[in-house]
Amino acid sequence: MVNHKIIAKNLNLWYGNSPCLKNINISIPENAVTAIMGPSGCGKSTLLRVFNRLNDLIDGTRITGEVLLDEQDIYKDMKDVFSLRKKVGMVFQKVNPFPKTIFENVVYGLKIHGWKDKAKIEKQVQKSIIDVGLWDEVKDCLHKNAFSLSGGQQQRLCIARAIAIEPEVVLFDEPCSSLDPISTAKIEQLMEELKEKYTIIIVTHNLQQAARVSDYTAFMLLGELIEFSETNQMFTTPKDKRTENYLTGKFG
Amino acid sequence: MKKNFIERLLPIFALLTWVFLFGIMLILFIEGTPIFKSVPIFRFIFGRHWYPVHEPPEFGILPLICGSLMVTVGALIIAIPFGLGCAIYLSEIANRAVREVVKPFIEMLAGVPSVVYGFFGMVLLAPMIQKIFHLSIGLTAFTASVILGVMALPTVASIAEDAISSVPKALREASFALGANQWETITRVVVPAAKSGIFAAIILGIGRAIGETMTVLMIAGCCAVITPNFFKPVRPMTATIAAEMGEAPMGSMHYHALFAIGLVLFLITIGLSLIAERFKER
Amino acid sequence: MRKQKELIGLLALRVSILFAVISFLAILIFISIKGFKVLNIGFLLEVPKDGMTKGGIFPAIIGTLYLSIGTVIFALPLGVLSAIYLIEYAKHKGLTKTIRIGVDALAGVPSVVFGLFGLAVFVKLFNFGVSILSGALTLGIMILPVIIKASEEAILAVPKEFKEASFAVGATKWQTITKIVFPTALPGIITGTILGIGRAAGETAPILFTAVTFYQRLLPHSILDEVMALPYHIYALMTEGTASEYQVPIAYGTAVVLLGLVMSINFIAILIRIRGRRAKKW
Repeated sequence: MVNHKIIAKNLNLWYGNSPCLKNINISIPENAVTAIMGPSGCGKSTLLRVFNRLNDLIDGTRITGEVLLDEQDIYKDMKDVFSLRKKVGMVFQKVNPFPKTIFENVVYGLKIHGWKDKAKIEKQVQKSIIDVGLWDEVKDCLHKNAFSLSGGQQQRLCIARAIAIEPEVVLFDEPCSSLDPISTAKIEQLMEELKEKYTIIIVTHNLQQAARVSDYTAFMLLGELIEFSETNQMFTTPKDKRTENYLTGKFG
Repeated sequence: MKKNFIERLLPIFALLTWVFLFGIMLILFIEGTPIFKSVPIFRFIFGRHWYPVHEPPEFGILPLICGSLMVTVGALIIAIPFGLGCAIYLSEIANRAVREVVKPFIEMLAGVPSVVYGFFGMVLLAPMIQKIFHLSIGLTAFTASVILGVMALPTVASIAEDAISSVPKALREASFALGANQWETITRVVVPAAKSGIFAAIILGIGRAIGETMTVLMIAGCCAVITPNFFKPVRPMTATIAAEMGEAPMGSMHYHALFAIGLVLFLITIGLSLIAERFKER
Repeated sequence: MRKQKELIGLLALRVSILFAVISFLAILIFISIKGFKVLNIGFLLEVPKDGMTKGGIFPAIIGTLYLSIGTVIFALPLGVLSAIYLIEYAKHKGLTKTIRIGVDALAGVPSVVFGLFGLAVFVKLFNFGVSILSGALTLGIMILPVIIKASEEAILAVPKEFKEASFAVGATKWQTITKIVFPTALPGIITGTILGIGRAAGETAPILFTAVTFYQRLLPHSILDEVMALPYHIYALMTEGTASEYQVPIAYGTAVVLLGLVMSINFIAILIRIRGRRAKKW
């Protein structure tokens, strides 16, 4: 029996008066990689940003329905949005380390959440960087500016920054769209390893990537969730005509 | 989202500029308007004689207004063409390397303290003008106009350059594609497209010139008479305040009259700022 | 015909830029040549002697330093907090527009009017007297718009991705602003502040009735003391006293010190800006 980490029920979202998500119902399995795919503008990034409430930053966002994280409604039951985001980390499309040192980047979230003990902090930083496979490359230059790293290394640093605070879910918003194939392969392999500990949701418009990395796949179109099933099943025998059209390249 | 103490105070900080603006206006009203009890507004503004320490004193600021207007007009005759010329040159002709070298010069020109301009005018320009035009004294409206013009030039240049360089490249390309040369493109397409920003630049240049104090105090000659002759000394409003405030006993009519001049100046410059704002919006 | 028109037009633009560059160089070179003749260590480190006809300008240098520091202490926090509010918090378009109009209007107020305000409010009403405090507060209000505008620009240039990344690890808005936005915008804020200091250090009119004195033997020991200041010193040497053959050379020396100070300040700001632009990797 699969355990469901996040469950969205009858979720609707508007930016101003334009609807962006229409009646979404989805259950994200725990300790697995779930891919959300679809053509640009289908609402996949918006849906991802519902899970850590990053949409709250945009004025005029309205939401109905419920989103449960471990059976807690993240819009009503959670104490505040900050403790939600401690549990739900995020990695962005545009590689975005802070203009600080490598070390400071990873420490940032720990400091925010009140870590004080220096030895513990250092251990946690080291562990996070090891987990993303970056340790051997940066252990001698932890105090160099993060921008001195290559694009792929920067993105792995951003992942280390996200997992340092030990979230339960990590959201990836097209994490490889600005990376070369080798860096992309490394990140994909990393996701494979990370799902042991975390629940992972990745937004991608790259079909091959969805097929390679995910256990489950959701297909969205114009704000609607068209189909959600195990990745194998969706890619071999899609149930919906629209999914099939998309997979065979008829649009998108 | 909960806000902390400082976050809650932020709007107050942001509103401080308006507090200061209103504060300035209020103070000028409080300290300036008492003069209108003894000198009616009309006589204050249109009176032709400024004899603040005579017995009885006369407080007519028309000569001071005329002085301000003369040096401002004179300054604009220099600042507008040269300032716009610099702006067009920097955005249309100079390549990147030239611009990075030349632009700091204009910024530095804006950074020279006004008292240094005044000093330069006193020791070099005034004696020169006295000699060239065979005048009895070199401190004249003309001298002040020249220096003020150089001072207002960077104001006009930098704001006009912003306006000109924000004209879309496509307009220029369209003009070139029709066979226009660079000068025709500048005069018929780019400058008209940047018109409102250029007006704003000119108006702010006027504000800069009319509000300048130390330069005119040092080189306009400080003679409160109404004259159409640019080679005579004049006494602008700003110079009058700066020169006489030290001697005017607090609370005297003279003191109030100087604040009233300040009020006139303030209203003029605020008016100019608001007009410039309207132009910038377009 | 068209070709000739273009040649003449483009030549006129080059003449404009040349006029601006030459004006600046003329002032700089003329004052440097004359000023360096009297400049030496003693001139910088001695107090004035024999009724301003001998000695140095040490108290004026110190006075200008104190005034500038005081100005920044007052204006920097206000300016940065206002800018943070305008960019990060103010939601209502009309409100931010109104505040920005206020900032522009304050920037256009003539410096002598600030002097009047400072005299009536700080010197008289708050009873700070003619003092460093009164002068610094007056100058602070004057340069507030410079700092607000520079800070706004710098904060606006912080990529939104940085902010999102910070929110995504659970930081509050205030944590994001103090730990990410402010440090990232700091070089721009510093540039603006330095330009503001340059402006404050060179101004005379606002401190004329609020802070300065012509002559002071001892250095000020409290912020309620009056001070000498470089710009005012030039003005006073040129317009007061009787021994102009001794005073004018000292004025040249003072002018070169003031000009050197203000120009280096401006130059540093320009350098920081250029380097910042090149070092930016995001």
